[in-house]
Amino acid sequence: MDTPLTQHIRPDREPLDLRSYEQAGGYQALRQALTLAPQAITRLVTEAGLRGMGGAGFPTGRKWSAVPMGPDAPRPKYLVVNADEMEPGTFKDRLLLEGDPHQMVEAIVVSAYAIQADVAYIFLRGEYVLAAQRLQRAIAEAYAGGYLGRDILHSGYHLELYLHISAGRYICGEASALLNALEGRRAIPRAKGVRTAVSGLWGRPTIVNNVETLCNVPHIVLHGAEWFKALGRGQAGGTKIYGVSGKVRRPGTWELPMGTPMREILEAHAGGLRDGLALRGVLPGGASTEFVLPEQLDVAMDFDSMATVGSRLGTGTMIVLDDQTCPVGLLANLEHFFARESCGWCTPCRDGLPWVQQTLAAIDAGRGAPEDLELLAMHTRFLGPGYTFCGLAPGAMEPLQSGLRHFREDFERHIRERRCPWGADHGDHLH
Amino acid sequence: MLSAEEREEIEAELQRYPDRQAVCIDALLIVQRHRGWVSDEAVRDIAEALAMSPAEVDAVATFYNRVFRRPVGRHVIFLCDSVSCWIMGYGRVRAQLAARLGIGFGETSADGRFTLLPAPCLGACDHAPAMMIDDTLHGDLDPERLDALLDRYS
Repeated sequence: MDTPLTQHIRPDREPLDLRSYEQAGGYQALRQALTLAPQAITRLVTEAGLRGMGGAGFPTGRKWSAVPMGPDAPRPKYLVVNADEMEPGTFKDRLLLEGDPHQMVEAIVVSAYAIQADVAYIFLRGEYVLAAQRLQRAIAEAYAGGYLGRDILHSGYHLELYLHISAGRYICGEASALLNALEGRRAIPRAKGVRTAVSGLWGRPTIVNNVETLCNVPHIVLHGAEWFKALGRGQAGGTKIYGVSGKVRRPGTWELPMGTPMREILEAHAGGLRDGLALRGVLPGGASTEFVLPEQLDVAMDFDSMATVGSRLGTGTMIVLDDQTCPVGLLANLEHFFARESCGWCTPCRDGLPWVQQTLAAIDAGRGAPEDLELLAMHTRFLGPGYTFCGLAPGAMEPLQSGLRHFREDFERHIRERRCPWGADHGDHLH
Repeated sequence: MLSAEEREEIEAELQRYPDRQAVCIDALLIVQRHRGWVSDEAVRDIAEALAMSPAEVDAVATFYNRVFRRPVGRHVIFLCDSVSCWIMGYGRVRAQLAARLGIGFGETSADGRFTLLPAPCLGACDHAPAMMIDDTLHGDLDPERLDALLDRYS
């Protein structure tokens, strides 16, 4: 089984219901997990080297290890699934949520057991209506089947699982802002320094994990850490749901060994660029990552290898920039997104991003000045790490600083010729 | 005043959280589902039901883009304006909607049929450009498809 996460997913049919999921081996991982000590599961996940697939890549086992355990631990404890997929160009969690909701539920129960959580919430973006319907059905079936609620499978372990439908805003994907949203507040990030594993939702121990991250857990429990590591290519273990969007022949998502080279995903799976187009760059894992250039395509798409080309794996869903799309316009679009989605809580982000966006829009529209490039470069420093509460603005600066470096000539041409060389209708000049 | 139905749905949500304020966002969405939008009166009613101040509820209501503090048309179009859709022709879709419905972002067509709003990435990047009308996702939009689609909504 080399595609554990998507083994039951067929795009042309309904997801497995409880009975078919059980017949396909579903909930066996949960049965096994309940025979183990909770800490043994955390240990397995640590040994497997599972890392956060929401973009940050933090080791999952280490995150869980910070949760207070034992009879004196504060209660209730919470597990929160970050199903607020909203990173531009990212469409992988949708596949898992819509395609195999029982896998998600089983993953939640196993993971919640590992940290001995009492309550779990799925924080789902409101636009994922189909996922909401399917999850709701799977949760009801799981309660009826004894996999949720009191005394799960007569183990003495209890877990309540609730689906929370979000009312919007990208910032909710930031873990601490998400917790504020769940508490019914404005979704602004919380101050760093207090670990949510110790004091999160309502001041209780809380773990927030991405959908894809958690979906790996039942398979690790069932097949072991060594099996998981062997799934990957090279140093990194497991599989990854990669995606490609932009002007390629077959945009889509594929579950492949972690560490599959970018070129292979782009050419063998996405079919390469459409006829007549040449590649200029790739944002490898959503809008908050740095450009990878055509000559770097042989890089393996895993956390450590992506750092060697100055970028990040991020969400692993690539956005392709072709030579008939204006890089300045693309960056103006990205920064428009980040400026709009800033929660406004801290000044560099609230005031800096609109400035960046307007400067880019002006250059794109042929109203730029040479000194604008230095202004933009300055912002990439002052909106970078260390100046803000959360990662939104630093993330927004990653494509910009690499874009300024790699597409300098395109910026200068816009300013020199006082127009967009790709023409006014290459995308959206309306921002 | 909250209707009996709204009150009942809000009470049901209270089971899922340890305190009343946590239900605030759900309550806003419940009221919006019944009335189409969230009026000042609705904000006051929710505040009373959850033992919050109207200002606190409004601070939450105005933060989230899927809570409508003004009336909307019979259908709401959420047009994805994020990067993959932008590359794949979001600008053309937006221009066509403007020409056909006479509206830009934040506006409602004169016949009250559609309100147009921007949406962050809808997670349908392999079918860009994409948009949602009410609860339904529509991808691979091109001029003919878009025209036919709009005709289906009255």
